[in-house]
Amino acid sequence: MNPWRIVFHLLSAAALLFLIAPILAVIPLSFSSNSILSYPMPGLSLRWYESIASSSRWYVALANSMIIGITATAISVVLGTMASFGLARRSGPVAAAMRVLILSPMIVPIVLVAVALYLFLAPLQLTNTMTGMILAHTVIAVPFVVIPVLTAIEQLDGNMIRAAASCGARPWTAFRRVTVPSIAPSLASGALFAFAASFDDVVIALFVAGPNQRTLPREMYSSLRETISPELIAVATIMMIFSTALFLLMQNLQRRRRRMLQSAARS
Amino acid sequence: MARYRKTFFLMPLIGFLLIFFVVPMVWFLSYAVRETEVPRALPRTLEALSHWQQDQPVPDTAFAALAGDMIEAANSGSMADAARRLNYELTGVRSALSKASRVVRRAGAGTDFDIDFFNAIDPVLTSPAFFAVVKRAGNAMSDHYLLAAVDLQRTPAGAVVRAPQENRLYLTVLWRTLEIACMVTLACLFLGFPVAVLLTTSSEKVADTILVLVMLPFWTSLLVRTTAWIVLLQKEGIINGVLLSLGLIAEPLTMIFNRTGVVIAMTHVLLPFMILPLYGTLKAIPRGYMRAAASLGARPFTAFHRVYLPLAAPGIAAGCIMVFILSVGYYVTPALVGGPSDQMLSAFVANYTTGTGNWGLASALGLILLIVTIILYLLAQRLSGGRAISLG
Repeated sequence: MNPWRIVFHLLSAAALLFLIAPILAVIPLSFSSNSILSYPMPGLSLRWYESIASSSRWYVALANSMIIGITATAISVVLGTMASFGLARRSGPVAAAMRVLILSPMIVPIVLVAVALYLFLAPLQLTNTMTGMILAHTVIAVPFVVIPVLTAIEQLDGNMIRAAASCGARPWTAFRRVTVPSIAPSLASGALFAFAASFDDVVIALFVAGPNQRTLPREMYSSLRETISPELIAVATIMMIFSTALFLLMQNLQRRRRRMLQSAARS
Repeated sequence: MARYRKTFFLMPLIGFLLIFFVVPMVWFLSYAVRETEVPRALPRTLEALSHWQQDQPVPDTAFAALAGDMIEAANSGSMADAARRLNYELTGVRSALSKASRVVRRAGAGTDFDIDFFNAIDPVLTSPAFFAVVKRAGNAMSDHYLLAAVDLQRTPAGAVVRAPQENRLYLTVLWRTLEIACMVTLACLFLGFPVAVLLTTSSEKVADTILVLVMLPFWTSLLVRTTAWIVLLQKEGIINGVLLSLGLIAEPLTMIFNRTGVVIAMTHVLLPFMILPLYGTLKAIPRGYMRAAASLGARPFTAFHRVYLPLAAPGIAAGCIMVFILSVGYYVTPALVGGPSDQMLSAFVANYTTGTGNWGLASALGLILLIVTIILYLLAQRLSGGRAISLG
């Protein structure tokens, strides 16, 4: 085997290890029986999970994250899907400008969005409210819906709609039976991305959320600034399981979409 | 007709973003050129100074007006804001003004608020330099914050000069921001390139597994990953523990709350953003090209350097710029795993907004950050043929 190849494989392995090992390495510490965060562990216990379960702090944070995430995702899906239909197959400077506007919350550094919303929402008395958090998270979540849905609409075969019409389907029926099923997987993956963007945000939460709207990442941020306890690692482990579930769901959706495109290409 | 219907579908989102994104951004960034404190606190003084020129003696009416403003502003607290603003340009004004405010308010009716009265409190309040600063900060707009954000300032006479050594900070911060972003980008390229190549050379099944390894951290919460790195890298952490017990080091290494920690943690977060666009580009390079080069007598290195790399270049550029853009705006990771000298531009934007309430400077620094980001984004768009942003 030539030496370049060995170096190349070693580097790849190192990079993959670097990506995944840190996350896996800390999980066992959440089952430690004492609070020293290093190996070897003195013994196993579930005490940290019990302490999470018995304090309301993490429940409240999870509930806040879920309420904000789901509501912001729902608004993003409605606004984003409508806008995608409005934007699809439109060219010209106006459409281009609108595309840039819709995508720009992804490009502008998040701290600027957060600070701007903080200064804007404060006089409206929307900081430290759920409404404010939901509005702010919708701003950062909506591009994640528009990107996949717009792509799916533009890849939609116009002949399918025409075929439906020639078979006697009214426009509404054709939309419901042809268009909606074709874009559904993309819509679902966009919604997942949007939810993840909201669920993962801490910067906006730092500026816009008050003590009663603290989300999970915001609560973790506070704990990290103080001391790291195995309890925090237990929370992190639970979040990891949650995000892995989201990820697997996403994989499933993308596989389904790929299969659909392939079968469409074949027929 | 169809066109109008489409516009109708677009309106809700466009309207929403105009209200909750564009207006807040413009409002925030306008603080960079707006002066609000002095016009609010010292309207009479500004009126009295309206015809005054730098080289003339300060009109007597200005002193009476200043006293009037102080009495008026004492209740609203706007004088404290104005004093802080003036102090950015003329050190010592803040304490002088607050002292003068107290004296003026306590002075009985009939007191003559003239040049001697203020001279007795603090001579700085009667100097032409003070009034020049008041007048300049009293305009609706000024370039004070924009200049300050690049370590420049105006002399009382109005010339632009470099800020005194002890006040220079922001060019260093900008430079540090770009430096950290560069280091992270290079680290991502170094680690990401082999993985992207591996993805293209593996069978579909292996490639799928590798992609899971790449995407799983991508989906894991940023805070979870930061927690993991702190646990791994801290002084009593896992890595130091392992190295110590193996006898490789005698003293625990400092790997966190410094630059090393920031670069490691940020590289971990941003690596998928390098691997995915690179993979997209490399996948499209026909494998026959390398074999053709080899059959024409090129050694592996020559073939790589002359054939593969030029074809991979757009992907490398797009990935690098994407990572660079994302790292330039980073806030959370440096705040949690960096030391005070690893804080980037965004940390200053955040601190000046909430901490000291210097919105003007926060806005000017934010504008710099935004401009850097936009330039890089346009570059990425050009290099990638308009496909800079895609989701896997």
